[in-house]
Amino acid sequence: MMTLSQFAHGRSGDKGNHANIAIIAYTPAGYDWLRANLTAEVVAAYFAPMQPSRVNRYEAPNVLGLNFVLEDILAGGASRSLRVDTQGKTLALTLLQMEINPPNPEAMTRNKEQPQ
Amino acid sequence: MKTVRIGNGCGFWGDSIDAPIRLAQRGRLDYLTLEYLAELTMSILALQKQRDPDTGFAGDFLDVLQRLAPTLQQQPKLKIVTNAGGMNPTACARRAKEVLQKAGLTRRIAVVSGDDLLPRLDALLAQHPFTNLDSGEMLQTIRPRVVSANAYLGARPIAEALKQGADIVITGRVADASLTVGPALAEFGWAWDDWDRLAAATIAGHLIECGAQVCGGLWCNWREVADWADIGYPFVDLAADGSFTISSDAGPGVNRETLAEQLLYEVGDPIRYLTPCVVADFTSVSLQTIDNRTMRVSGAHGSEATSTYKVSIAYRDGFMASGTLMIAGPDAVTKARLCGAALLQRIGVSVDRSHIECLGAGACAPGVIVPSIEPSEVMLRVAVHDGRKEVVERFAKEFAPLVTSGPPGVTGYTTGRPAAREVFAYWPALVEKSVVQANVEVL
Repeated sequence: MMTLSQFAHGRSGDKGNHANIAIIAYTPAGYDWLRANLTAEVVAAYFAPMQPSRVNRYEAPNVLGLNFVLEDILAGGASRSLRVDTQGKTLALTLLQMEINPPNPEAMTRNKEQPQ
Repeated sequence: MKTVRIGNGCGFWGDSIDAPIRLAQRGRLDYLTLEYLAELTMSILALQKQRDPDTGFAGDFLDVLQRLAPTLQQQPKLKIVTNAGGMNPTACARRAKEVLQKAGLTRRIAVVSGDDLLPRLDALLAQHPFTNLDSGEMLQTIRPRVVSANAYLGARPIAEALKQGADIVITGRVADASLTVGPALAEFGWAWDDWDRLAAATIAGHLIECGAQVCGGLWCNWREVADWADIGYPFVDLAADGSFTISSDAGPGVNRETLAEQLLYEVGDPIRYLTPCVVADFTSVSLQTIDNRTMRVSGAHGSEATSTYKVSIAYRDGFMASGTLMIAGPDAVTKARLCGAALLQRIGVSVDRSHIECLGAGACAPGVIVPSIEPSEVMLRVAVHDGRKEVVERFAKEFAPLVTSGPPGVTGYTTGRPAAREVFAYWPALVEKSVVQANVEVL
């Protein structure tokens, strides 16, 4: 089994009690696959134990990015959350550990030698 | 084409105090920006100012300014734009002037104010419900508990201050990106409705506002950072047409990955990034690699700003405390959970909200990441939130007893009782721009 982190990188942060998670594909082929498969529903199901009230997905094709907004996932946000990660800073790494099984992983893998 | 170099040496209050000095020395900047205000910083500053009318601003800025003095001697044209003023930009400016005088420097300091809505909040409430943008509730429900209410001003008063000849601009609450958009407006004289250029400068400001986060900090491919000690801080070379290059003064620089991660950081809909000056489309820009530590960003598109300012309101919401204990040996997670439950029961009354977590066993994403191997030790962390300070203080006294009255393997109680701290909850709202007047005063 492969993980999302092999095909994408990302970053997360807070907006009040909501968190955003940006997932950025390493290749255009990876972006196409993620766009089709990493839907708001899939992300909502993955984070279900943390009870987001709603997940919205936005697209930023110029950076091969998908931006997920997970509403009410921070148990109060920066000011009121009782969790150690009050601001959802680690949620991108959590999502990047998701197990996935794309049919053509070679086309989605980071090639740092290749000029960007 | 004329370009202006703007660098950001501080991403939040608590960021490196060396970074601004290094960036100013190595970056050959036209403008140094310093960003100090997180969502809830204003409430803390508001209470400071209530206790002492000469405080209520980010004191770190004065230390930075003092240490910057030799660089300012060498670079007489370097200008500084900062929101360090917090709840009291006038007092901050007065103190900054003293610091500069002691260092033998003469600089014109400008103060941007008008963001503080608290003194006339009740009058404004007659026409503005200040509905909570997240929950839809009306502010009236918590009005007596409000401690601060600040509108996020835009770049315009910063640009006016610079045009009036200010070398240092000290603001209260402004949108973070405005610290960059202001200098761009002053340098290039763009029209207030030149949406594409305003969007370009907004994107530049958004990219550098969190300091090192755009140039190596938090980068997922962190193994490629050679020197974490000198990570570098970012600057942009912004051109009159709005295009810009972005790099940093040390470290790995800016590449496609670090830039993309920061572009979408704390963003909702990237097509409509709302600021006081413009609605910026973050998906409109093209990225181009210039060299292995410099990117070019061009093609920004923007549209007309909304008729409102965002308002950040903070209100008193009881007390919180959190404490930790180290739990080692076999069955660490089971023992930690048992200790946490016992601790809450021993308080003797039920608290409004509580949370037990095991650091080292999936606490950051509870239920989502579950460790496949039982950890040999975990840090028990228990946190409570209650309206009664005495209950929270009582809770804080129940950590130490577990060292002798809990299961075996409890240790690490060395830092004393956790403190009960007052909670300021966050209330985001909107206010019509027409009722907010930004003020610029050059000292």
